[in-house]
Amino acid sequence: MSTYQLPKQLIANCELADNDWLWLGEDAEAADLQAIDGAQHVIAPVALWLSAQDQVAARQGHCIPWLGSADLAAQLAESVADINTIPMIALFFPVFSDGRNYSNARELRTTLGFDGDILAAGDVLRDQVFYMHRCGINVFAMREDQDLDDALKAFADFQDGYQVSVDKPVPLFRRR
Amino acid sequence: MYRYDNYDHQMLADRVAQFRDQTQRYLAGKLSEGEFLPLRLQNGLYVQRLAPMLRIAVPYGMLSSRQMRKLAFIADHYDKGYSHLTTRQNVQFNWPELGEVPDILAHLAEVEMHAIQTSGNCIRNTTTDQYAGVSADELDDARPYCELIRQWSTFHPEFAYLPRKFKIAVCGTRRDQAATQVHDIGIYIVKNDAGELGFRILVGGGLGRTPVIGSEICEFLPKKHLLTYLDAILRVYNREGRRDNKFKARIKILVRETGIDTFREKVEKEWQVLKDGPLTLTDDEIDRMRGFFHDPDYRDLPAQSEALQSALSKDVMFSAWYEQNVAAHKRSGYAIVTICVKQTGSPPGDLDTAQMNFVADLADEYSFGEMRITHNQNLVLADVEQDRLFELWQALKTFDLQADNLGLLSDIICCPGGDFCALANAKSIPIAEAIQRRFTHAELREIGEISLNISGCMNACGHHHVGNIGILGVDKKGEEFYQVTLGGSASNHTALGKVVGRAFSQEEIPEVVEKIVTVYKRHRESGENFLSTYERIGMDPFKTELYGEKPAVRH
Repeated sequence: MSTYQLPKQLIANCELADNDWLWLGEDAEAADLQAIDGAQHVIAPVALWLSAQDQVAARQGHCIPWLGSADLAAQLAESVADINTIPMIALFFPVFSDGRNYSNARELRTTLGFDGDILAAGDVLRDQVFYMHRCGINVFAMREDQDLDDALKAFADFQDGYQVSVDKPVPLFRRR
Repeated sequence: MYRYDNYDHQMLADRVAQFRDQTQRYLAGKLSEGEFLPLRLQNGLYVQRLAPMLRIAVPYGMLSSRQMRKLAFIADHYDKGYSHLTTRQNVQFNWPELGEVPDILAHLAEVEMHAIQTSGNCIRNTTTDQYAGVSADELDDARPYCELIRQWSTFHPEFAYLPRKFKIAVCGTRRDQAATQVHDIGIYIVKNDAGELGFRILVGGGLGRTPVIGSEICEFLPKKHLLTYLDAILRVYNREGRRDNKFKARIKILVRETGIDTFREKVEKEWQVLKDGPLTLTDDEIDRMRGFFHDPDYRDLPAQSEALQSALSKDVMFSAWYEQNVAAHKRSGYAIVTICVKQTGSPPGDLDTAQMNFVADLADEYSFGEMRITHNQNLVLADVEQDRLFELWQALKTFDLQADNLGLLSDIICCPGGDFCALANAKSIPIAEAIQRRFTHAELREIGEISLNISGCMNACGHHHVGNIGILGVDKKGEEFYQVTLGGSASNHTALGKVVGRAFSQEEIPEVVEKIVTVYKRHRESGENFLSTYERIGMDPFKTELYGEKPAVRH
C-alpha cells in the first residue's frame, strides 16, 4: 500500500494547523485500512471508502474520502444517505494545471450543499490557493516546498470577484 | 462603452499587484518556469522567438481614444514604436521586457485596460461584430452581452485551468462578421416566434489543426439564462475535455467524440441545477449594461448628404475609398468607416505610434472618441457624419491610412508568422506583401470581394481555413512551404476551405494566387463573387490551372 506524505502543517480556514491525517494511496485495500490504528485519522480513496463503510463508521468521523480528478462529487453524494455526515472531503490535484477538482469543490458547496471541510492536496501551490478558496476549498495541504507564510497571503490576492463564491453567495452584479 | 466602477478598478489593481509579485518571485528563482507559465500566459505574456510578446485585451474590440493613446505610449516606451491588431480584436506588442510587464499592466490599468486571460487554458476575450450597435440591420446590440460574458469569465475561479483555451463570440447583426461559427461557443442573438429576443447557441467550433464548424446545442435560450447556461457548458468541458493530448483538448473534440445530442443532455443536466440560481441575469443588470452602450449624441441629419454627393462626383479616389470602406449606418446622415490597416509594405494589422495617436485624434474629432478593432485586423470609426467623410479621408492620407481595399484581395488576414512567433513553421508577413505587390489597384477592384487568410502554422491564428483563399505555412524537411485551400468562408454560411493539392514554395505563391484569380475571372457570371463562382464550378478548374493535368485524387 502506498501513502501520500501530507505536510506537517495544513492551512485551515486561513490559519496554520497541525496535520494529523494519514493519506492512503489509490492502491489501498480494506485490509490495509483494518491494520491502521483505530485512533489514526485516515484519508482513503473514495472507492475504498465507499466499500468499507463498516470501518468508516467504526472510526467515527476519523476516516474520510479523497476524490481524484476523474471522480465525481455528485456520485459520492448519491452513494451516501447524507453527505453532511462526512466531516471532511479531500480533493487530490495530480498537477496544479489539472482544473477538474475546482468543479468538484464548487459543486460540493453549491448543488450538494456540503458544509464540512474540503481539503486540497497534491500539487497545491501558492498561486492557485485564491481560486481554490473561492471554489470552496478551506483546508490546504500545500506541496512540501511551498512557503506557508507566503501561501497565507494568497487569501488576500483579490478583495472581490465577479462570480459567486463561498463567501459571496451572489454574483457581483446583484451586489452593485 | 463600458466604464469601470470601484469594483472593477479594485480587481484590476489587485491583479497588477498579484502579477508584479509573481514576476518578482519568478525572477528571484522562487517560481519555476513551468509554474510561472500559466500565470504569465493568463496575463497575456508569451515567450517568443526574439522577445516576449504581450497581448493586451480589447474587450469585443472597443477602444476609446484615451486607451489608444495609452497603447501608443506603451509602444513608444516599452516596445519598438508599433503595435499589431489581432484576429481576436486584441493588440499585441512584440518587444517588451519581461521585468517591465508589471509596469505596462499598471499603465494599462489607468485606462481600464489589461492583459487578463488573453492567453492560457482559460476563457479568452469575447469577440463580436465590429458594427455592433450601429449596423443598419441588427436584431440587438451584442456588446452588453459581451460585457456580461467578460465579467462572468474574468477571474472565474472554476475555469482557470481548463483542458485548453476557450473562445466565445456573440453576433447580433444579420450579416455575421465575427466568424461566430468557428468559436468554442458561438452565440447568435435571435428572435423567437413570440417575438422575444434570446440566443441561439453553437458549441464545438474552432480552427487550429482540426477545423470544425460549431453544432447547435440550443435553438433558443431566453436572455436571463445566458450565464447559467455558459457555466453548465464550461463545467461539462472542464470535467470531460481531454487532458491527455494537447491537440485533442479543445471542446470541439469532446463534442465530436461525445456526439452533440449526448453532449447537450450532459449540459442540460448540469444546467437544471444552475438554472434560476443567483447567476440568472436580472432585467436590472441587462438594462444597466445596455446603458453603457447607449447611442451617442447624434445630430439630426438628412439621409442624403449634399457635401458627400458633391465630393463623390469630383474625386475618383475618394469615391473608390467610399465605395469600399464605408458601410451603412442605422442613423440617418451617419456612416461606418473602416480604416483598412493593410497598406502594402506594412505588415497587415500593424500600426506605428504616430498612426495610433493620429487615429485617436480622428476618433475624437469624427466618432465620439471611440473606435473598434475588427477580427480582420482593421479599425472602425463607427459614427462618422456623412458630411465629413471627405474631410476624414483627406486626413487619413497624411498618415498613410487611406487604403481603399476593404474586403478585397489585398485586405489579408495574417498572423505574425515565423518572423516573430516561436510556433510558426513558416513566415507569413512577406507572403502577404508579395501577394499585395502582385496586383494593381485596378486589378484588385476588378477582382472584387474575396478573402485571403494566411497562417504561419496549423494553429491557424490567421484563420486560413475560413479564407476564400487560405494559405498555410508548412514545414517540409526543414523548408518553408505553403499549402493552399479554396472555398473557405467565415460568413453566416461558414465553410472550411479544401486543400487544392501539393504545397508551393514561397516564390510560387504570388503566381499561384494570380492563377486562382484568373480561373475565377474566366468562369464568373455577372455579379458573381469569387466564393459563388468556386461553389458553382468546384475545385477542378483551379487544379488544372495550378498543376497542369488534374492530379489524381488523394486517398
